[in-house]
Amino acid sequence: MTAFLVVLVIILFGVAVWQMNKIFQMSKSKANDTSEIASDKDNNIHGYLMLAFVFVTYFILIFSFWEWGDVLLPEAASEHGAGIDNLMLISMILIFFVGFVTLWMLSYFSFKYRGKKENKALFYADNDKLEFIWTIIPVIVLAGLIIYGLFTWTDIMNVTDEDDPMVIELYAYQFDWRARYSGEDNTLGDANVRLIEGVNQLGVDASDPNAQDDIIVNELHLPVGRKVIFKMRSQDVLHSAYMPHFRAQMNCVPGMITQFSFTPSITTDDMRLNEDVVGKVNRINQIRRENSIDLVAKGEEALEPYEFDYLLLCNKICGTNHYNMQMKIVVDTQEDYEAWIATQPTFSEVIKK
Amino acid sequence: MSAHAHDHAEDHDDHGHHHKETFITKYIFSTDHKMISKQYLITGLFMGMIGIAMSILFRMQLAWPDHQFTIYEIFLGKWAEGGVMDPSVYLALVTIHGTIMVFFVLTAGLSGTFSNLLIPLQIGARDMASGFLNMVSYWLFFISSVVMVMSLFVEAGPASAGWTIYPPLSALPQAIPGSGTGMTLWLVSLAIFIASSLMGSLNYIVTVINLRTKGMSMTRLPLTIWAFFVTAIIGVVSFPVLLSASLMLIMDRSFGTSFFLSDIYIAGEVLHNQGGSPVLFEHLFWFLGHPEVYIVILPAMGLVSEIMATNARKPIFGYRAMVASILAIAFLSTIVWGHHMFISGMNPFLGSVFTFTTLLIAIPSAVKSFNWITTLWKGNLQFNTAMLFSIGFVSTFITGGLTGIILGDSALDINVHDTYFVVAHFHLVMGISALYGLFAGVYHWFPKMFEGRMLNKKLGYIHFWVTVVGAYGVFFPMHFVGMAGLPRRYYTNTNFPYFDDLADINVVMTVFAIITAAVQLVFLYNFIHSMFHGKVGPKNPWKSTTLEWTADVKHIHGNWSGAIPEVHRWSYDYSKMNKDETDYVIAGQDYIPQHIPLQDNEEEMHH
Repeated sequence: MTAFLVVLVIILFGVAVWQMNKIFQMSKSKANDTSEIASDKDNNIHGYLMLAFVFVTYFILIFSFWEWGDVLLPEAASEHGAGIDNLMLISMILIFFVGFVTLWMLSYFSFKYRGKKENKALFYADNDKLEFIWTIIPVIVLAGLIIYGLFTWTDIMNVTDEDDPMVIELYAYQFDWRARYSGEDNTLGDANVRLIEGVNQLGVDASDPNAQDDIIVNELHLPVGRKVIFKMRSQDVLHSAYMPHFRAQMNCVPGMITQFSFTPSITTDDMRLNEDVVGKVNRINQIRRENSIDLVAKGEEALEPYEFDYLLLCNKICGTNHYNMQMKIVVDTQEDYEAWIATQPTFSEVIKK
Repeated sequence: MSAHAHDHAEDHDDHGHHHKETFITKYIFSTDHKMISKQYLITGLFMGMIGIAMSILFRMQLAWPDHQFTIYEIFLGKWAEGGVMDPSVYLALVTIHGTIMVFFVLTAGLSGTFSNLLIPLQIGARDMASGFLNMVSYWLFFISSVVMVMSLFVEAGPASAGWTIYPPLSALPQAIPGSGTGMTLWLVSLAIFIASSLMGSLNYIVTVINLRTKGMSMTRLPLTIWAFFVTAIIGVVSFPVLLSASLMLIMDRSFGTSFFLSDIYIAGEVLHNQGGSPVLFEHLFWFLGHPEVYIVILPAMGLVSEIMATNARKPIFGYRAMVASILAIAFLSTIVWGHHMFISGMNPFLGSVFTFTTLLIAIPSAVKSFNWITTLWKGNLQFNTAMLFSIGFVSTFITGGLTGIILGDSALDINVHDTYFVVAHFHLVMGISALYGLFAGVYHWFPKMFEGRMLNKKLGYIHFWVTVVGAYGVFFPMHFVGMAGLPRRYYTNTNFPYFDDLADINVVMTVFAIITAAVQLVFLYNFIHSMFHGKVGPKNPWKSTTLEWTADVKHIHGNWSGAIPEVHRWSYDYSKMNKDETDYVIAGQDYIPQHIPLQDNEEEMHH
């Protein structure tokens, strides 16, 4: 009953407003009403607001940096990553400079030339010299960026056998990753999804001699300082192997082998000691402790403390559990890596079991 | 050609008067471009409400992943039992949000509305070249909207493979439930949409080329018309490619072909498909997909140029450079699609080529931005709501465009590709900017659409200021989330601890998003209220030079009750002084409409 009354009151109120509005409308003069056109007073108010707007923009930007600057990725953990970070820094400085200046001009001119009845605008239709200047400056600056960018890109994408790289296959499927090491011979055995059967989840060709020493794992270990060539394969849909800390990413495409190569330069242990990482981990643990209080209160288990690890994430929409398709990456010293790989069974051992 | 337009126009005149219109021919199956433009706008705004509401739902999920919201259950039903959003419906929401906003709101709602309204009125034509085709174009758009909305209600859920619908995910219902009937309806809807868009575009092109009034040379066209004209050309060039991609995908899905599928093992069995390539689909998709963002932004640029000149009481600075940059952007837009695919597995050499062409686009874009800023310089700015949105447009176009320099650089793209950095970039540069263009257009031309009624300026001011601050509040912080390495389209980012510290940024963004979405209701109220009760302003409320303001305020078939005005000058004679620099050319009036002949006391300019 109260609900009905409330609804009734709302409806009656609506009707009242509507009726009053109608009366209000009817009492007004009809055509040539200029009250909806900006007056000098409006121009003045919004001129000042425009000036304020540029400061609000700067403020949001600076606040974001101050508040969230520390969530960004730490220094690159791969050799080519330093080149990318450097190019990023240069581009960022450039766009910040251009952004600050142009936004300032936009808002300041809006403020300075806010309309007044007695003012006259300047009939200023074009100026070839000015336009030439602001065409040629972007041309030169962008040419520089393009050339720098292209050198960096070719360096990264030119995957060669120089420096005795280690070949590893990254295998993506809904919703997990596998890594296949090429073993002693450093050559991956042939594989195709048509050969998937039982424990042979990756469809490796068991009759291929190169396949016998392959090692399939679900945690990627890499020796520091050794170049790695990743060969990517997908079992079902598009995935993307994204290793943000290494500034590395490549799509995994069914029916096709894609590749990406890099040299890890910082071990997981060293990265855990990196200042930015220590700070980030402390903050995350602080958040986790706070969240745990609620969980414990609800009778659930507290969250475990977090320890930094490199990650391989899926970065191409691949289905319902896309958000949780990840693999841990560990960068070891050469000795640790060798000790770890020795404990992993080879493909032929797995098949024989 | 214009003589022909004249004759043609006179026949129209005759039957324009004694032709009795019924409700159906006037409001439903109308062939009048003004009515069709309103139909486009209202359908577009309706779809926009759905799209924005969806974004609020998934933003809430991102901000408070552990909370249960009854609102989810109300809107999503079985997909959110107990108020917990299902991961698959999250993907459906982002997919349909993207599709609706890009195609239905910003393509049809923006370009469809204003091309229809302004092309005939600003070039001095009685109507479009083919009123019938124009009507069919709208109704196909309407049908495609209906099909898209229907797809939200199918059993297994709507399409959820992302708005880019990359196969195999979009081809295989085993891979994701939304790729069943939902995806079929998505493809059907888009195929109809493309037919609608092509009919519209061909009509715009023919009309601009053939039906310009006497004296309206191409170099006297307002920039709006240039933008619509070039947009229509890009549409005709690129939309058919999406149609072919959709058809091939339909074949792969339903008839066992292997255009995009190869070597797939899913749900415990190997599929027979062999030899296709998903990368081929990416090429075809982005051959449309990239020009599409210019189809969205160019009309907005045109509207903004026109509104800015009018409200600055100054000619647009560098008219020819503005036209040239529209043409340059249009040309370049068709050869940059590969920058969406740097790490798709295509040949890295292609990546270099696309980096080069992509960064070239920054040049005409920079020229346009500087020209807009110079248009403000020494103006006498009238801060009508449309003007504020135009300035807002330039602001977001700059801030969003600049990060394009990072994404367009293949080497830098490696690490930000498909992260929230991309989401922030394109929302600012094409989403928000184009929406500002749309709002600017609505505030400016509302009197033309609704027979002299004007939108309330106070509500407009509230709408503008909350929206601009809110939009930056959503998308500035989002860049940081992207640079922290968080991939987009993650249902939650709290599933592993590394991104735990992004929780509070997500809350901030969502709060801003809710505020910004809420203030759109103010606009909606203003729109609906003013449609019926808005104050009737003067015939030419913004003191503009273009022809539409010389047309009858009351909507009549044929636009001008008398003869079509003849054009004697370009459309930017604002604040032009007489030869002695003592007063404006027309004393006391700071603008000279296009149909006013050259005066004795003025110098002829060749723009």
